Amino acid sequence: MSDTAERTSASVGGPPGGPVGGAPRGPLRRAAVLFMQQREATVFLVVVLLIVYFGFISPLGRATFFTKLDLINVSQIAGPIIIIAIGEVFLLICGEIDLSVGFTYTFAPFLMHYLIDFYGVPGIPAILISLAMGLAVGWVNGFLTVTVGLPSFVTTLGTGFALQGIMLITSHAEQSAIPVQVQGIGHWIGTFAWAEFGWAVFFAFVFHLVLRRTRWGLHTIAVGGNQLGAQEAGVNAARIKYGNFMLTATLGAFVGIQVAFQTSVIDPSSGGYTPMFYSVAAAVIGGTAMLGGSGTVIGAFLGSIMLAVLTDGFNVIGVSANPLPLIFGAAILLAMVANVQFARLRERGRAL
Amino acid sequence: MTAVTPDGQAAPAAPTEDVLRVEHISKRFGAVTALRDINLHLRQGEVLALLGDNGAGKSTLLKILCGFQQPDGGRIVLNGQEVTMKSVDHARELGIDVVYQDLALVNQLSVYHNMFLKRERVRWPFLANKEMRRIAREHLDELGVNIPSVDVDVAKLSGGQRQAIAVARAVFTDAKVLLLDEPLAAMGAKEAAMILDLVRDLKQRGDVAVIIIAHNYGQVLEISDRINLLQHGEITFDKASRDTSVTELNDIVIEEYRRALAERHKSA
Repeated sequence: MSDTAERTSASVGGPPGGPVGGAPRGPLRRAAVLFMQQREATVFLVVVLLIVYFGFISPLGRATFFTKLDLINVSQIAGPIIIIAIGEVFLLICGEIDLSVGFTYTFAPFLMHYLIDFYGVPGIPAILISLAMGLAVGWVNGFLTVTVGLPSFVTTLGTGFALQGIMLITSHAEQSAIPVQVQGIGHWIGTFAWAEFGWAVFFAFVFHLVLRRTRWGLHTIAVGGNQLGAQEAGVNAARIKYGNFMLTATLGAFVGIQVAFQTSVIDPSSGGYTPMFYSVAAAVIGGTAMLGGSGTVIGAFLGSIMLAVLTDGFNVIGVSANPLPLIFGAAILLAMVANVQFARLRERGRAL
Repeated sequence: MTAVTPDGQAAPAAPTEDVLRVEHISKRFGAVTALRDINLHLRQGEVLALLGDNGAGKSTLLKILCGFQQPDGGRIVLNGQEVTMKSVDHARELGIDVVYQDLALVNQLSVYHNMFLKRERVRWPFLANKEMRRIAREHLDELGVNIPSVDVDVAKLSGGQRQAIAVARAVFTDAKVLLLDEPLAAMGAKEAAMILDLVRDLKQRGDVAVIIIAHNYGQVLEISDRINLLQHGEITFDKASRDTSVTELNDIVIEEYRRALAERHKSA
């Protein structure tokens, strides 16, 4: 976000006909224009409106939405979506997608459980190996997509099913308890009420910087924006894609372990396509282009919060969960339309 | 930076003066012979225009010179040493840089990020954006490239400005030989003038030798020191630019076309 702001302020005062022209009069007007020039402004407004609606306008929501319990609830819904969405943002920007991340999510806590209970691996190494499994899955996704040349949509569809199969075979589709050895560290990873959101904010902060301020982020955008061109300039596109597949799968494994701790059970029905689609939706709502080349972590963060507020808000005001998918669908489409329209407005704002 | 004044003579100069020599380069694609027997040389600080019709082999030659493709035969001598370029990166290391027709710019990135793509300045772990912005600005000013701001996304620039950025990027590091693939194609008069000025400035600096592939004889005659004509995979014409004219070049190409036509009639 700050990047755009910087660019804007830096180019003010350029010669007429430049991309940024006359500064609007008045600090308020100027602030408003600056705000609207941010890609994430739309989502931010929607989130604020939703919170206002559920927290202040709806009579039922007024009583419950701002209670501690409910805020924790929203944060726990949002946290996992945010963390996975961060990975998807990096992948979508460089022109790929990971549909398998939800199954890495499901399998990771099982692997941790097998390692500890069947192979006597101590708690923390078991968690680390489970995260490394995420790295391995990401590498396989990268290999099949980049080196073999399958579309990532197909690759990750396949690896997702395969992972689900491995998980079901090894677990006999039965739940498992959290091993005692990791319950201590589990508190900080996922059991503690604000753990999900805390980690999500931490990851969002770190990866926002990675995307906006490091070579890795720059090359990710370059590969998604013009892969051939980036390669001609010497960027190793394969390395970028492998890395982002590995990032996404590892974040997925982390979230799987986290949610297992939070729910105090390792569940074969947790994860799957739902969190993956939520996170892709969050990324898209937050302004990430499906065709690659652009997207922001902040946008995905806000998109995740928007989905979480919607989910929780409808709960709070007592509407049945059935219309929720319909609302999500509408929200995604509206967000896309708004993004396209606002992009045009922003262009015009710059041209003025 | 002493500007080497090319003598403008077509006669081969002493080998030491040549930055680049291409000897008997050939390239086949299956049954098609793209390059038959290419011989050309490029002197220090010289601008060589490579003309020829579509399909004459210009692009193939360029791709070989920039390390993108390997020749079937012949040798390339760079600064007196025979070189085999394994890749574009390798060629760049050796000092040969290319500006493709597609320019290899990323629309979504700012001008200065594009100019530093893969050569970023880093203050670990972050990009040294301020420094890159400043250097990019200075470099563009030095080259006389006129763009409002190095902060704008490349998508917002005109075709000429984009071409200028790509050229500026290529000479950013110490390229000794710069290959420009049709830099004037699809460009308005004003934009073409901007690129021609840029090439002229490079020539004045004297430390870069340039090969320009082009269609428009008039424009390249103006800025080039020498003209080579590529026909059917061979260099058939090598003259100093001031010793030839658009009419002469046109006549050669048209005459060849007529002859080919006549031969086809004869054999038919």
